[in-house]
Amino acid sequence: MNALKKALGILWILAGPVIIIFLFMQASDKIALAAEGIARTNTTLQWAIIILIFIPICTGLVIFGYYAWKGEYDHLPTSSEELE
Amino acid sequence: MRSTDKNVTQSITQVIAASSLGTLIEWYDFYIFGSLAVIIGQQLFPSDAGASALINTLAIFAAGFIVRPFGALVFGRLGDLIGRKYTFLLTLVLMGGSTFLIGLIPSYSSIGYAAPILVLILRLVQGLALGGEYGGAATYVAEHAPVGKRGFFTSWIQTTATLGLFLSLGVIVLTKNLLGAEAFADWGWRIPFLVSILLVGVSIYIRMKMHESPVFTKLKAEGKVSSNPLKESFQKKANFKMVLLALFGATMGQGVVWYTGQFYAQSFLENTCKLDFNESRYILLWAIVFATPFFVIFGSWSDKVGRKWIMLTGMLLGVLCYRPIYQYFLDATNVKEMQKTMLKSESEPVVERGLVKDKADSLITTTVSKTLTNGVTFKESKIEVIPEDVLAPVPDVEVVVKDVTLSGSSYMMVIFLVFFQVLLVTMVYGPIAAFLVELFPTQIRYTSMSLPYHIGNGVFGGLVPFIATLIASFQGSTPLSGLWYPIGIAALSFIIGAVYIDNRRDENVMD
Repeated sequence: MNALKKALGILWILAGPVIIIFLFMQASDKIALAAEGIARTNTTLQWAIIILIFIPICTGLVIFGYYAWKGEYDHLPTSSEELE
Repeated sequence: MRSTDKNVTQSITQVIAASSLGTLIEWYDFYIFGSLAVIIGQQLFPSDAGASALINTLAIFAAGFIVRPFGALVFGRLGDLIGRKYTFLLTLVLMGGSTFLIGLIPSYSSIGYAAPILVLILRLVQGLALGGEYGGAATYVAEHAPVGKRGFFTSWIQTTATLGLFLSLGVIVLTKNLLGAEAFADWGWRIPFLVSILLVGVSIYIRMKMHESPVFTKLKAEGKVSSNPLKESFQKKANFKMVLLALFGATMGQGVVWYTGQFYAQSFLENTCKLDFNESRYILLWAIVFATPFFVIFGSWSDKVGRKWIMLTGMLLGVLCYRPIYQYFLDATNVKEMQKTMLKSESEPVVERGLVKDKADSLITTTVSKTLTNGVTFKESKIEVIPEDVLAPVPDVEVVVKDVTLSGSSYMMVIFLVFFQVLLVTMVYGPIAAFLVELFPTQIRYTSMSLPYHIGNGVFGGLVPFIATLIASFQGSTPLSGLWYPIGIAALSFIIGAVYIDNRRDENVMD
């Protein structure tokens, strides 16, 4: 199980930037498709919100993957002493 | 029962009642906005904004969710520094005050874009307050609960979010039925917001009588209160890695299952399936009534078999069942196809004539009420635009279906399928408070458990209606395309939870 945890860690590290790139590509596509004027402003605003929210979350996913790859989740702490 | 056992039971019952009432009211305040998204969109944005108004209103609705993690940080820190009791008294006052003020904001026609901006600010205050409330209430109850019954006792707090939604839907339907649709859309929608101030007053009175958590009191007496819980939670790798695990392995999936079952389902039935306003709410109300006891059942069961697999089974069932469920919703309300073979009767047409907004073109709307042989009823409007310039091309006649009502087996089936989705909510949500409380030590519990909970629910869950509606509006997408967002997130959380989370129950939360 620990080997699987570590292997998946690499997947999470890669998934973070892939999701961000996918979101940027979607955003540029949809903004380009929106009609000029208020519709384009709205679409830009909506995608800006989504990207702004998901950048820190994807960063968290990369850190989670790094911890998993390093074996930090091989054993989960069972008391506060283990967290010291 | 021995007298000490009886006293403990009485004491914990009072703790649960006082904590739950305040939390229920906060959820009520938070959800009336979402339940009235369509009407608020009409009031806050220009009248010709159409679907864009709905998406913008949902964005304001989502903004309240997005700031919830920040509320968790600010009030979580306060809770770990000055105690649980006073912190969630403060959040209650902020929530009640901002909800009441939303009910007083003038519409777009009176103050222009100041209307959505003011509502956005108040919505952000609501989100911050809720971010501080839930973690405090769950921690407070868990720290009072006896060993081996933490899942059972915290599951009562878990019912409050669903009951808050139930209360908000009930007040909205009651107000609309009493005032009539026109008065409700005009000014009556403000009443559910204004009523909040009374509910909050009662809750503050009850909470003032509560005592501080015994675990926190002991910690304070021993001088072990954390001087900087934020730093301890997030700068210590050992704590931070648990925050990330809680987020990606549990709360992220739980959040999308919660908001798909209890928000997107109703929004989909009303906006995509064109179900009647009241009927879509009655369906959700029935589903909630039947499913709510399962929060306590699954919470209690998790004390015996562990939290992990109950929560993950709920996520997996969501991943597998969402698309067939929503396909049934579409099929059961596809009146355009059904009327070809099942038309039983139709009313005399009602013709309304007017002008296209800001133009001189004529607008003719012909509405017919139809009944099908299977008992389904609906209204069909044909909208014709006749250009003022006789040489201009005449646009195609637009046929719009609305106010669909179901009957018999299809009505019962839709209730069952929404009930099933709420049942999945009870599986993922019933045990999660106990799971989070047991994951973190007392010193930093309020801060550490609040953050993943509110990112999971506030950000991943709260964005379900907004992102799913947005995806479904893309060119080439189908009405079911929006479901890929909750399905993808729940699947990811299931895999992470299954691989990385232990199924243990921590007996000792006094550490």
